[in-house]
Parts: sequence; C-alpha cells; structure tokens
Amino acid sequence: MSETNLHMVILAAPLLAAFAVNLLGRLSRAWIAPLTLGALGISTLASVGILFQVLGEGTIRYTVGNWSPPFGIELVVDPLSALMLLLVSSVALVATVSALKSVQLEMEGREHLFFTLYLILIAGLVGLVLTADAFNLYVLLEITSITSYGLIAMGRGRAVLSSFNYIIMGSIGASFYLLGVGYLYILTGSLNMADIAGILPGLNAGAAVATAFAFLLVGLWIKMAFFPLHGWLSPAYSHAPTGAGVLMAPLVTKVTIYLMIRIMFSVFSPEYVFSAHPGIQTAIVWAAALGILCASALALGQRDLRKMLTYIIVAEVGYMVGGVWLANANGMTGAVLHILNDALMTLCLFLSVSAIASRTSSLSFDSLGGLYRRMPLTMAAFTIGAFSMIGVPPTCGFFSKWYLILGGVEAGHWGFVAALVISSLVNAVLFFRIIEIAFFGNIPGEPVVQEAPTEAPWSMLSPLVVTAVALIVVGLGSGRIVSGIISLTIPGGF
Amino acid sequence: MEGILAEIVAKYNYWLYVVLMMIGFYAMIGKRNLVKKLLGMNIFQTAIILFFVSTGVKRGGGIPILDKYKVLEHGVDVAQVVNPLPHVLMLTAIVVAVSITGVALAILQRIYREYGTLEEDEILEKVGE
Repeated sequence: MSETNLHMVILAAPLLAAFAVNLLGRLSRAWIAPLTLGALGISTLASVGILFQVLGEGTIRYTVGNWSPPFGIELVVDPLSALMLLLVSSVALVATVSALKSVQLEMEGREHLFFTLYLILIAGLVGLVLTADAFNLYVLLEITSITSYGLIAMGRGRAVLSSFNYIIMGSIGASFYLLGVGYLYILTGSLNMADIAGILPGLNAGAAVATAFAFLLVGLWIKMAFFPLHGWLSPAYSHAPTGAGVLMAPLVTKVTIYLMIRIMFSVFSPEYVFSAHPGIQTAIVWAAALGILCASALALGQRDLRKMLTYIIVAEVGYMVGGVWLANANGMTGAVLHILNDALMTLCLFLSVSAIASRTSSLSFDSLGGLYRRMPLTMAAFTIGAFSMIGVPPTCGFFSKWYLILGGVEAGHWGFVAALVISSLVNAVLFFRIIEIAFFGNIPGEPVVQEAPTEAPWSMLSPLVVTAVALIVVGLGSGRIVSGIISLTIPGGF
Repeated sequence: MEGILAEIVAKYNYWLYVVLMMIGFYAMIGKRNLVKKLLGMNIFQTAIILFFVSTGVKRGGGIPILDKYKVLEHGVDVAQVVNPLPHVLMLTAIVVAVSITGVALAILQRIYREYGTLEEDEILEKVGE
C-alpha cells in the first residue's frame, strides 16, 4: 500500500486530455497542441518521479476504489513497469511533436478526432503497463486495439482495407486471450495476477493449466505480430497516417512483449514456463529464430522504405520473444534492454520517414535519390537509427544484441545466435542500400546540380534529432541501465 | 466409445460452445465476403461470452440478489446462488464486442464507398489494377 498517486496521474493525464481535445479542438485548432503536449509532458514528469520512487522504495501496489485485492482491481508498479511507463510516456511525447505537424499536413480539419484517438491509445498503453488484473488487461488491450483500428483507418487509399484485416486478426488474438483468462478463472476463481500465481502451483490440473497458458500466449503473439502471426502488421503500419505510425510502430508491439513477460513470470512462474513442458522452450526459441530470418528476407524484398521498416519490426519481435524464452539472465536482460532500444530505434526511423514524407512524393526507393544533399540533418539522424538497427557500437542497438547473443551462447541455442547475426547482416544490406541511393543516387531526369537543402519543418526535425541523440546516450549508459534497473526485473529462478 | 459419449453428454454446454466457436472461426478465415467475416467474428465472440456465463451457473442456484440483513446474520449459502462474477465480466466483454462491431461496420462502409463492393476477391482485383 502506498500513499502516492503519481501513477494515476500518468494514466489520467492523456485520458482526460483526450476529451478536452475533442471538445475544445472543435472550436479552435490552437487548443490541440498545448493540451496534447501538456498532458504528455505531465505524464513523462510523473513517470520519471515514479521510476525514482520505485527504485528507492520498492514495488508500489495500489488498490483502485478501495476494493481490496484479490476482489478489486490492483495496479502494480515494479521496476520493469516503471521503466515501461517512462518509455511509453516519453516516446509518446517525442512522437507527438512530429505527429502534430504531419497530421496538420495530411488531414486538415480532422485533427481533433485524430488526437482524441491518439491520446486514448496512449492512456490504454499506460493502463496495460500498470494493471495487475488479468481481465482488466483484456479490456485495456481492446482499448488500445480499437483506437489503433480507428487511427489506421484514417489513412488514405488501402488503409481501410488494412484496418479491417487488422480488426479480424486483432479480435482473434483478443478472443484467445479472453479464453485463456476464462480457463484460469475456472481453475482458480480469481482474476488478480498475484492471487492466481499463488493458487496455480497447488492445482493438480496439468492439461487445463497448459491450455490456459497456450491460449494466453497465442493471443498475445497475434497482437504482437510474432512470426508467422505477423500478417496484419505490415499493411496496417505502412498505410496508417504517418502521425499514427510514429506512435504505434515503436510502442504497441513492445508493450505487448512486456505483457508476455508479465503473463509468463507474474501469473505463471519461471519453473512452470520453462520446465513443466520439456521441448516447448526450445521450440519457441527455434520459432523465434525462424521468424527473424523470414522477416529479414521479406524486408529484403521490399521497394518501399516504410514497408521495409515494418518487416524489420516483425524481425525485432522475434529477437525479444526469443530472448525471453532463452531462460537465462543474459537473454532476459537482452530482451528487456531491447524493448527499450527497439522502441527508440523504431521511433527514430519512423520519425525520419515522416520527415522525408513531408518533402518527397513517395517513399519508394526510387524517389529517395539525393536526399543527403536535400535533407542533411534528417538523413544524419536516419543513419544513426540505421546503425543502431544494424548493431554498430556505440549506438544502443549493439548492447542489447550483445546480451541476446551472450544469452543464446549460454543456452547453447546456436540457431538463435546464427539468426541474430544473419539478421544483423541483412539489416546492414538493407540500410546501406538506402544510404547508397540517398547519397549517390539522383532523381531520374533531373540534372545533377547543387540543390539548396530543403529540410523538413523544424517541428518534425527537432524530435528526430532528440531521438538520434538519445540512441547514443542510451547506448553509452547501457551498463547503468542494466545494473540499476533491468537487473531488478529478472524474476527469481533464473 | 461410450466413455467419450458420456463425456460429451456430461459437458454438453462446453461442446456446444466449441462448435459455435469453430463456425465463427471458419467464417472469419474462410469466407471471402467482408460482412460474413464480421458476422463470423460476432459468432466467435458470442461463443466465448456464453462459455463464460455458463461457468457461473449451478444446478438449483437462484438469482444472486440477496437480503442484506439476512446475509449479515446468516452469511451466504454459495450453493444457493449462481456466481455473478462471470456475468459481470461478460457485460464488459459485450461492450467491447459491440464497439469493435461498430468500428468494423464504419470501416466497411468506407471500403464500400472506396471500392463499390464488399467481396474480397473483387477488391483485391481493383487494388491490383
């Protein structure tokens, strides 16, 4: 029990701002930016506060509405969720600065609707990180999904079709999760995660527990686009409005991986997850390795920058799922660090995509020629993001990949290690291909003349530069993040 | 054979939901018409809702509306009332299902306006052009 209400502030600020944006944004566009940025700024400050509080005083448990757990809904902030809270709120804040501009360019007059959904999506993600109740988690999962469907459908052309496809896949995932919760409820009579975790080991119902676990996992895998359940992600994220892409691509899949860790270690236990069914652990790491390879191969086949990035996201999901399932401390550290790093890298790349999209007609490779001359700062940040994806030190991508490879070696999963290395090489090919086109290539038909730089508007450039700097700062501070925060998140039994 | 049959009869409600769920699942995956896919999704969700509701039911259980003073004096005889919690959970799940259906119908309307059809094959043909 704790006296603090800071984590409620993190959740409430975007949620209340969503309604204010909808009402006041109708009257005048001028309200939208201060309300959105103000709410997310408050969230970010509060999550910095709560991170220090959790590191100082330990896990915070909060009962909503004074209904004591296991009957009431409980919110729990442990070191891992404090880290995720900071990640979600700060990434959302940075992404919004760029989204405000790109939404203004793309959908004039509908901005208040866009930002209403946008803020509710952020509130849903914060809620997912906070909740310690299995059914509450389902509701929040659907809140984030429904807002995502809406945001994606606001895009042009094929976006509606991709959104409908995502609705069908997303609903199957959520329904599987709900079925898993149903099995757990029948078995334990409880919905509180800690309470279920206390009851489960005493049950003599192997098959039913295993069924519940399988439904929960597969449901979340669909939601996080784990290969081969990734079909919805690429069209949805590449047709979404760029303003929605910069928020969803870094955060939604990463938060779902956090949920998988929650289910595996807070509801079930490491002993159950890794030892009760021999062979499953190895099989899942192999599936992750295969997923990384296939997604990398699919990324190679793309001729559109944003499409290519969406397949890289799918490959990165494989990194993290595989890392968690390696069942050792290094793999787990790598996976958690990679959640952090991948969110920042994806943010950096999608921000540069939205900056590029504001100046070029399309994002296909052919129209990227000569970008280094025209947008030097944007492409410099893009290069840092690309180096981080490849895993070049001192960018942060290197360090989490290092831990993942160490974990793979320790567990003896050479297939996973090989997949990581090959995927890094493929990333190098992917990004150097683009860097080559953008550096040497020219727009066909145009003479090679000294063009004046036409950088993206400052409001899209500044968040991009901040993120690129953050990639290096987080990279250099990896040691501290691991020893200070992530080492606290490794569950007992490793 | 008789063992399996007895098992099915004893838990017939669950078997019914499995059948219902599979009908919905087939429609979502196998049908080429987008409205049929949406209907399949609804059947799928309804099957899960029924599954939850039936877990709370007890033979001979009454409505869980109790006299406060009697309960304070004698306590609750749990065998006499059905478990209301799954029903309450499903109220929320129904709200979720309805909102997803609403969003999906709105999106279907936009698809129809854009492509003039709701048959997946015809849409893909038009997109491919």
